[in-house]
Amino acid sequence: MTPNELNSPGYDVPEELQNVVAITTLDKIYNFGRRSSLWPMMFGLACCAIEMIAAQASRYDLARFGMEVMRPSPRQSDVMLVAGTVTKKMLPVIVRLYNQMAEPKYVVSMGACASGGGPFKEGYNVVAGIDKYLPVDVYVPGCPPTPQALVYGLIKLQEKIDKQSLKTVRWYQKGPDSVEVPIPMLGPDLIDPRRIPEIKAKAAELANPPAPVEESAA
Amino acid sequence: MTTPAPVEIQDPAAIAGQKLAEKFPGAVTADERPGYTGWMIAPEKLIEAATYIRDQLGYDLLSSVTGVDYIAEEKMEVVYHAYKTTGGPALVFKTQAARVDPIRLPSLTCVWEGADLQEREIWDLYGIRFEGHPDLRRILMWEGFEGHPMRKDWKEAFYDDEVKPYKSRWPEGRHVFAENRTAFGDNVSFAAGFDPEKWTATDPEEALYASLKKYKTEDKDGIPTDHILVNLGPQHPSTHGVFRAVVMLDGENVVSLKPVMGYLHRNHEKIGERNTFLQNMPYTDRLDYFNSMSNNWGYSLAIEKLMGIQVAERAEYIRVIMAELSRIQNHLILIGMLMNDLGAYFTPALYAFEERELILDIFEAVGGSRMMCNYHRFGGVVRDIPEEWMKKIHGLVFDRLSAKIDEFDRLLTENELFVSRLKGIGYLSPEDAIRTSMTGPMLRASGIPYDIRRADPYGVYDRFDFNVAVRYNGDLYDRYLIRIDEMRESLKILEQALKQIPAGPVMSVKPTYQAKVPAGEAYGRIESPKGELGFYVVSNGKPNPYRYHVRAPSFINLTSLEMTCVNQKIADFVAILGAVDIVLGELDR
Amino acid sequence: METYGKGILKGLVVTAKRFFNTYIEDLKWWGKRYHTAEGIAHRSSKDAKGIFTVQYPEEKLPVPEEYRANPFLIYDEGENGERDIRCTACGICAKACPPQCIWIVRGSDPETGKPVAKPSEFYIDFDICMNCGFCAEYCPFDAIKMDHDYEIASYGRNLTDMDELLKPAKYYAEIRPLNYALEEAARAEKAAAKAARAAAAG
Repeated sequence: MTPNELNSPGYDVPEELQNVVAITTLDKIYNFGRRSSLWPMMFGLACCAIEMIAAQASRYDLARFGMEVMRPSPRQSDVMLVAGTVTKKMLPVIVRLYNQMAEPKYVVSMGACASGGGPFKEGYNVVAGIDKYLPVDVYVPGCPPTPQALVYGLIKLQEKIDKQSLKTVRWYQKGPDSVEVPIPMLGPDLIDPRRIPEIKAKAAELANPPAPVEESAA
Repeated sequence: MTTPAPVEIQDPAAIAGQKLAEKFPGAVTADERPGYTGWMIAPEKLIEAATYIRDQLGYDLLSSVTGVDYIAEEKMEVVYHAYKTTGGPALVFKTQAARVDPIRLPSLTCVWEGADLQEREIWDLYGIRFEGHPDLRRILMWEGFEGHPMRKDWKEAFYDDEVKPYKSRWPEGRHVFAENRTAFGDNVSFAAGFDPEKWTATDPEEALYASLKKYKTEDKDGIPTDHILVNLGPQHPSTHGVFRAVVMLDGENVVSLKPVMGYLHRNHEKIGERNTFLQNMPYTDRLDYFNSMSNNWGYSLAIEKLMGIQVAERAEYIRVIMAELSRIQNHLILIGMLMNDLGAYFTPALYAFEERELILDIFEAVGGSRMMCNYHRFGGVVRDIPEEWMKKIHGLVFDRLSAKIDEFDRLLTENELFVSRLKGIGYLSPEDAIRTSMTGPMLRASGIPYDIRRADPYGVYDRFDFNVAVRYNGDLYDRYLIRIDEMRESLKILEQALKQIPAGPVMSVKPTYQAKVPAGEAYGRIESPKGELGFYVVSNGKPNPYRYHVRAPSFINLTSLEMTCVNQKIADFVAILGAVDIVLGELDR
Repeated sequence: METYGKGILKGLVVTAKRFFNTYIEDLKWWGKRYHTAEGIAHRSSKDAKGIFTVQYPEEKLPVPEEYRANPFLIYDEGENGERDIRCTACGICAKACPPQCIWIVRGSDPETGKPVAKPSEFYIDFDICMNCGFCAEYCPFDAIKMDHDYEIASYGRNLTDMDELLKPAKYYAEIRPLNYALEEAARAEKAAAKAARAAAAG
């Protein structure tokens, strides 16, 4: 973004000063700062991760967007690129990492697997979409998306950030400091703590199936 | 290296099998099911026979161990493929147990340590208990998971139909999310009456930590000391994905180490047994996602064996060209990433990615996708290489890659810091390498010149003049050097293949999406950049494979991980793991 | 012991050479290296030296003909602009699809209720699709093809129905000119043979 773009309409900055001074709103400068230094978490799951690395590497060079600083620690990162198939065994780890990220935090779901299970959706160890657990900001379809498609997705994320306002963003509202998702448990199968009552009711129903007449009435 | 002219002899594996049957009369019988080969060994004689196979018959490399669930016959079978490291075909032997829980069979870990991880996998997925296995825990699923998912009577939550194509897709294919079909509204299933509130988590890690070696609590001065337990991964920059290693440390030295995997277990084999034969082709792309071209080849090889079809001549050469290009880019990335692990942050990796991108451009133009090429078909390849791209391949092979490999050589090979980090680290003796079923560069860096392209040639590799790269020190430095050597050999093969490639069709049969595969079993294996990639396929004449197993080199090459890491520094573990060259898609499948 | 550090210096020569190459290349091309088609082509050729980056989104790498993004359905445009969907709801793509992400409802005649050779509903779940290209490869009517458009990131999931999947044949001709020409020639040949047969019979 050039200083010109940063300028808010309504204020005339003399032409000779336009590259030096910009009159802008707090929102704009805040968003500009955040969108230009999105640090992704160094975190790859599967095939898509290789394309993510390729996007970081020589040819596509995410450094042009201020995204080259891949942080191995969730505390230092702003965006989580869920790049690859999310398995049940890995899910508690991913959710924990997400909880450890500081606000503002974003999630990009890269590839078909992370978005909705992908070709492996029918598998017994596969989570059908990370959005069942984490709030996803941008979905990048493809199997795997090419680095260019990923960069396009990240530009979409920047556009999303541009539209945010200090007054409404969730991390300045009253309430807990950051969004925390209850960590799923690995029992006989994957247990989502938010759905425990539902699971209990359903399992009880399976144990004592209601008479077929009642079911059709319901 | 020249190979002697083939002499008309009977299959050496058959002769060895005869000897085996004579040695153990009554306990060893030929497997006479139509389409099957190999020898059936009675479980009580299995260890004795395996020792005889290893020591007397010379089949010293146990390549693949896999289970098959013959539910109709009420039998569980374990299939073993053993090879000679001097070359030649496999000696296949099998053993069966009645399919009544608990299913018990003797473990072969006392004969070949390479059976370790594979037997754990069979226990996990099929529920066969291996008596005498030192550490029989679940490996891909977590401890506490209900059921053994590869059994034919085990159904997943999103179960739709026994085989593909599903009937719900056409002609009345109203879209329904799979979630809306299941009882629990998600890809989960629980036993009737399960109460999550009363369920208490048994610590799934307990067994894992217990399996680590116990450490003496007193040092030489009588001062009590304690070990440190360190978890690397599953989210760790050094593990190349979602691999995890639990390390017991004495100060900085590794005392004991256990690999933990399954974080990317996406049920490749279960899905593969629902798929039709052709539908598995794009799934193999996603095994070792650096080398989809070679994965395709391994699978086609197995199916072409079953179908008994020849591959079109031109396609054979195209396959070689693609596989060798794939090997070069794999090794380049490996070296670049190894440098990353050692702290040379990104410069070598960025250089490597340049060459890789140029090779991927070719894959994209020819196969249609940078990584998931889905290029092979039974009997050939899907399309010819366009003329202009053939020129590009020529340009890369003859004018560029060789200079770039030399550049890497200059950049790294003599760098003192690099050398001192690698020399003498992670030693693996040739005997240990064979015992733990190492294949590929890992085995060759330990001084065993075993390369399937020579030892058991497939495709048209017998027509090319190239050397099997071999190094003798068995340390990290040799594992690095062998990759440089191999890239140069690959270029040699490429040059010959590009000069010799004939014109003609690229498919020997009419392309169809419904391959007719006769009943039987086949094992197709290739020298993938990571080692021996094998596909064990059982067909019962239906459109879907009855059993589909991948012998993944990344997975089995980890058998020696503990051995190579013990007494090394924790920082070296990262380099040792990096040099094994694992890819999680293939490791966990 | 040899001079320590010789190997490092040798390596540094390589990096220094690369560093200077960047400027030499830029000077050689003077202003034409970036944002031009020749510049991009040069940077992905065997002679590529210097800066390797393609500055997406300002510059875009050319998409090769066989590239596979998501599948789409083709319709031919009639003279009055009406859409003639090529798909006959034969179901081969749904059968060949490895992850089974295609759902087709075969249309039926509103009066007689008999099935007709047109789909009434067609879904592809792009969150399952693996871009393998089997649907396009085995479609006997050239009705489903693989797109080239990879700029499809969105803020929601991607279940697509027939309206979103349909694209005109001229778009297909644009992205895959060679394949399109081959298929059109084969089609014309078939039609000619049919006409000849009809003439012979008549």
